[in-house]
Amino acid sequence: MAASAAVRSSMGLTLRLSRVIPVCSTCPLYRLNICGNSAASLQRRGSFDSIRTINRHLQTSIGLYQIEEGSSNAEDPDDVVNIVYIDRSGQRIPVKAKVGDNVLYLAHKHGIDLEGACEASLACSTCQVYVSDAHFDKLPEPVEREDDMLDMAPMLQENSRLGCQIILTPELDGMELTLPKVTRNFYVDGHVPKPH
Amino acid sequence: MTGHKLMFKGLKLWSSGRATWINRVHEGVIVRGSGKAFFASCNPKICVVGSGPAGFYTAQHLIKARQDAEVDIYERLPVPFGLVRFGVAPDHPEVKNVINTFTQTAKQSRCSFYGNVNVGKDVSIEELQQAYHAVVLSYGAEGNRTMGVPGEQLAGVYSAQNFVGWYNGLPSCQELNPDLSCETAVILGQGNVALDIARILLSPVDILKKTDITQPTLEALERSQIRNVLIIGRRGPLQIACTIKELREMVNLPDTRPEMVAADFNGVAEALKDVPRPRKRLTELMLKTALDTPGEKEQERRNKASRSWGFRFFRSPVEVLGDPDSMRVVGIRLAVNRLEGEGEGARAVLTGEVEDVKCGLVISSIGYKSVPIDPSVPFDSRKAIVPNNMGRVQHVSGLYCSGWLKTGPTGVIATTMNNSFDTARSLVEDIDSGTLDVSISKPGSQSISALLEKRGVKPVSFSDWEKIDNAEMKKGEASGKPREKLLSVEEMLRVVQT
Repeated sequence: MAASAAVRSSMGLTLRLSRVIPVCSTCPLYRLNICGNSAASLQRRGSFDSIRTINRHLQTSIGLYQIEEGSSNAEDPDDVVNIVYIDRSGQRIPVKAKVGDNVLYLAHKHGIDLEGACEASLACSTCQVYVSDAHFDKLPEPVEREDDMLDMAPMLQENSRLGCQIILTPELDGMELTLPKVTRNFYVDGHVPKPH
Repeated sequence: MTGHKLMFKGLKLWSSGRATWINRVHEGVIVRGSGKAFFASCNPKICVVGSGPAGFYTAQHLIKARQDAEVDIYERLPVPFGLVRFGVAPDHPEVKNVINTFTQTAKQSRCSFYGNVNVGKDVSIEELQQAYHAVVLSYGAEGNRTMGVPGEQLAGVYSAQNFVGWYNGLPSCQELNPDLSCETAVILGQGNVALDIARILLSPVDILKKTDITQPTLEALERSQIRNVLIIGRRGPLQIACTIKELREMVNLPDTRPEMVAADFNGVAEALKDVPRPRKRLTELMLKTALDTPGEKEQERRNKASRSWGFRFFRSPVEVLGDPDSMRVVGIRLAVNRLEGEGEGARAVLTGEVEDVKCGLVISSIGYKSVPIDPSVPFDSRKAIVPNNMGRVQHVSGLYCSGWLKTGPTGVIATTMNNSFDTARSLVEDIDSGTLDVSISKPGSQSISALLEKRGVKPVSFSDWEKIDNAEMKKGEASGKPREKLLSVEEMLRVVQT
């Protein structure tokens, strides 16, 4: 476990030095030292309709565009985390994920329209999600910068978090993440126009 | 959906019942020879005017929601991305990451970018409406609200928009050459743009040197004598329009100290009890900065600081004072206000008192403003927006709007994103319901390109932009900057032509 973690973090360092991936200091994967992913930018360079997932296990040969989808992982039941996304139309999308998955990139992998404009650098609020009450308190406290960004999010709620900062752990099994509905009849700052 | 029979140079496309257009054949079609092709297709062809976040997010949603939609984005400048390139501060590079999303959209086969095309001048809205099934206006807000006070025309007075355009390399603002040889700069307005400007004026140049701020700006900042920046608002601390991230950056700005007026904060702490979280956290940070006695380390840092900044509240500009010989600003006369009402709705009311502040630079950061593009498009001059209902332009079928042009010039990228998705949803709804008739074929960019060629306009494609992009990044390498922006349209077009 420790050895593979070391490989992952050294790969990450190599990619950072070759300026293939952005500075990771804001990413909770990096802060929790379980970052095994390729860059957000690599993920973005994939084709629009088949956005590749950030894989926990890097290939040792750095083919920039050859990130595997984790097909070589044996399915360890302890590793599995089942969560549900509820998209903007109210549709429930159950997802079988793994410990360490990033909620934003997991959504992309499953074609859920959660935007991540700043690519997980805590510089926007487009990946805001509402976390199910039962699991909200199980998430680690947001860092100050996340709270600052949340403050700018339209339709902020008590249980709002930024998806790019949520990393799955076993105790988040069953978590439901609702994408904010930006309804047609309301301005994004909550102002309700007078009926006419 | 009714069946259609189409003919195209011997190829027959048809559908019956539930139509499924043979997209691959359509995309493979190339017009040769005289260019007179009967390009018949019922793929919805949509034109987006403006390539900032609104334009791109609208395009993104349209392409995703309808597999047959083709979207062409027109942009006046040779370079795309609007305020992401020209508005976001140079020291906020992560905010610009959204460009990667937009680039993906632009590179979709069903999306095309046409830069260097001035809609309203090179081609009219009416011509676009004839060529496309739908036109989405997302050209933002290129004007600004004026203070409307005497002296506004003096040398040394600038709109925030032009000042930001200057340091961000907007070609039309490169002649600004602001004089930074005074000690005090005054900024009217307390939104994020005002704080961005204060931060750029006061940041140590060594930090800015590594950003994509323009070279002329760096040279001006290196010569700058500005040591004190006042950020002035007509109401109180509880009405300030900036957000906490920008305030925190000011508080933590190296080699600067905050100087506030404690009396401005009377009664503020008490009013915080029932205030929503964002306002509460922001105000608490302000109170801490203004009123708390700093710890030893912070006190030492403040003592050593060579520059200062501060908010001034309850002040409105009534006159910019100038030197009669040089016609330059030497000060600003401010009226003192008091507040009537509470919270976001509180109003500033004149008390009759005035005070003068000595300064050599005045920047009014009181709001952007949209301008009408074409007489055929309805425009509400009071609100400076295109009147619309959920993005559908009032009384004009087939015309839509998104972004600041739709709701007014406030909001961050997330707001614009939601707003644009909403407009796209309205458009798609209209196609699905038949309100927008896509059964008649439209020529789209074919006819517009022909028109532009006749008029001597050379559109810049997305891969042309990538040439400019690469040239800028290469130029920046030499000085350790992410890019060195090209500062004129001529330079940009020259790169495209190589």
